[in-house]
Amino acid sequence: MDVAPRALAAGTRTVARLLRAPGGIAGLSIAGALVAAAVLAGHLAPGDPLAPVAPPLSPPSRAHLMGTDDLGRDLLAGILHGLRTSLVVAFAVTAVSAPIGIGVGALAGYRRGVVDDALMRVAEMVQVVPRFFLAVVVIALFGPGLDRLVLLLGLTSWPWIARIVRAEVLSLRTRAFVEASRGLGAAPARTLVREVMPHALPPAVVIVSLNAAAVILLEAGLSFLGLGDPARVSLGYLASNAQRFLRVAWWMALFPGAAIALAVLAWNLLGDALNDALEPRSPR
Amino acid sequence: MDGRVRGGLLQAVAPPLRSAVRRLGLVVPTLGALLVLAFALVHLAPGDPIVALAGEHGDPGHYAAMRAKFGLDRPLPERFAVYVGRVLRADLGTSFVHGRPVAAVIAERLPATLLLMLTALAVSTALGVALGTLAARRVARPEDFALRAASLLGSATPVFWLGQLALILLAVGTGLFPVQGMSDARRPAVGVAHLLDVLHHLALPALVLAAGELALTARLVRTGLLQALGADYVRTARAKGLPEGRVVAHALRNALLPVLTVIGARVGALCSGAVLVEAVFAWPGVGRLMLSALLARDHPVVLGIFLLVSLGVLLANLLTDLAYGWLDPRIGRD
Repeated sequence: MDVAPRALAAGTRTVARLLRAPGGIAGLSIAGALVAAAVLAGHLAPGDPLAPVAPPLSPPSRAHLMGTDDLGRDLLAGILHGLRTSLVVAFAVTAVSAPIGIGVGALAGYRRGVVDDALMRVAEMVQVVPRFFLAVVVIALFGPGLDRLVLLLGLTSWPWIARIVRAEVLSLRTRAFVEASRGLGAAPARTLVREVMPHALPPAVVIVSLNAAAVILLEAGLSFLGLGDPARVSLGYLASNAQRFLRVAWWMALFPGAAIALAVLAWNLLGDALNDALEPRSPR
Repeated sequence: MDGRVRGGLLQAVAPPLRSAVRRLGLVVPTLGALLVLAFALVHLAPGDPIVALAGEHGDPGHYAAMRAKFGLDRPLPERFAVYVGRVLRADLGTSFVHGRPVAAVIAERLPATLLLMLTALAVSTALGVALGTLAARRVARPEDFALRAASLLGSATPVFWLGQLALILLAVGTGLFPVQGMSDARRPAVGVAHLLDVLHHLALPALVLAAGELALTARLVRTGLLQALGADYVRTARAKGLPEGRVVAHALRNALLPVLTVIGARVGALCSGAVLVEAVFAWPGVGRLMLSALLARDHPVVLGIFLLVSLGVLLANLLTDLAYGWLDPRIGRD
């Protein structure tokens, strides 16, 4: 069987199992709804989310479902656009970290020896760097911006992916079908890409999903401290705005935080359910 | 026989030592890499410190003199060596705002943060072990499902949101807990009254900080205990007729190993959580110091806190590795 159809078949089986678990269904549907809301933010809440539209500090009403903030800005519009920022960061960080993690993990697991040792040492070193504080330093020195945030979180997120891929590759490389491919004279790169990787990638998706959840939380925390991109609305910024109005405007604190929690929950549920779908017998 | 015993003894002692050496072999390069990183970031950052100090339209001769005064005319490797030497002597530079050594400014705020973090760590570990054990003993019953749902929610909840909700529900509305700070400035107290006042202020922030860790610990204990309860030695213990409580206690010792590693791995998360909790509750610790330093562009303080947290995470990892090696002799033998 060719790589693509085989990966597709494995993927279909996994998705089918995912859809039989309540956590998987919940994760997929929340994540889907949030992605749709973020993509359609411009249509659902047209105009500038930072422009005042109603009296300041209006409680939730039919016109403004989540109320308005201290400057009379619609909170729902802010949350939809903030969700977009959160998800853009999460996807961009994944786009940076996944190729590095998969590449490093595959190389380390397949080559073993000195290459493996060196790469895993580097991975361990990156893992102990406190990402949150490194981000604070970078933003303090270079000014805020999504580009540096994405780069920084991407360049510090890959070791977790690399370790999982490496472990999978290590256990796969001695399996009969992989040895058969080698025995038939396939080049190492061909064996790795066509035989090993299709089986090593699904577990990496679990980590990618859990890392997306962690990145959403990190970005929210940083923008809560006022380190977000000032040109974009972010959920953490909205939440920090609420801090001065806890006494008078509970809605300003309730909704942005709930949106963050929902997004993190979706990706956590997805990761957990995917893990169960891949290893049905692992204790949960 | 003699040889075998000695070999056995050696084996019993060697693994932790070996892994300690391996660990130390990792700590030094990591520390070096962190210093290179900090140094490189400062030097790559936009803005010339001399222009910032001497003003924009100064005399070139004055600039050169200033550069020489601060050693900025020296080659980069030499400046890096000077920087490393200073950091190793705990000299983190001078705070622009406070005009005092950064290390002293941070040390002043450290007790408040340590009080917050250690309380949260103790609460989350104790409660997490208790709840995880409960869930494992009542697996697939309502308690277990409730705990799993709560721990999923707990690990998804941003710590600052939980803090804000706690403030709205328990402090602002009802006045059960103070809204901010570490003690009541309007009614300064001494002795036991002061201690109670601090504890009253500590309760909400510490519980909020503990919540996220609690979720994780409970989940780990549950998984670890379920695994341990399925092991052969547990079946043997049960077959011998050991009371169930003793059997669980037996299994718990093995189930706690992952919790220990996670404490080491979570120190970084606990630190960032502490910063956010301090921001929400105006807790006068290192996190608040970092925030004010960020606003005032007091870069030496921000960098100093970064290095301190990095060192803390590194040491916590080293310590948990060592403890792990002692508790589980199977580790580090390969």
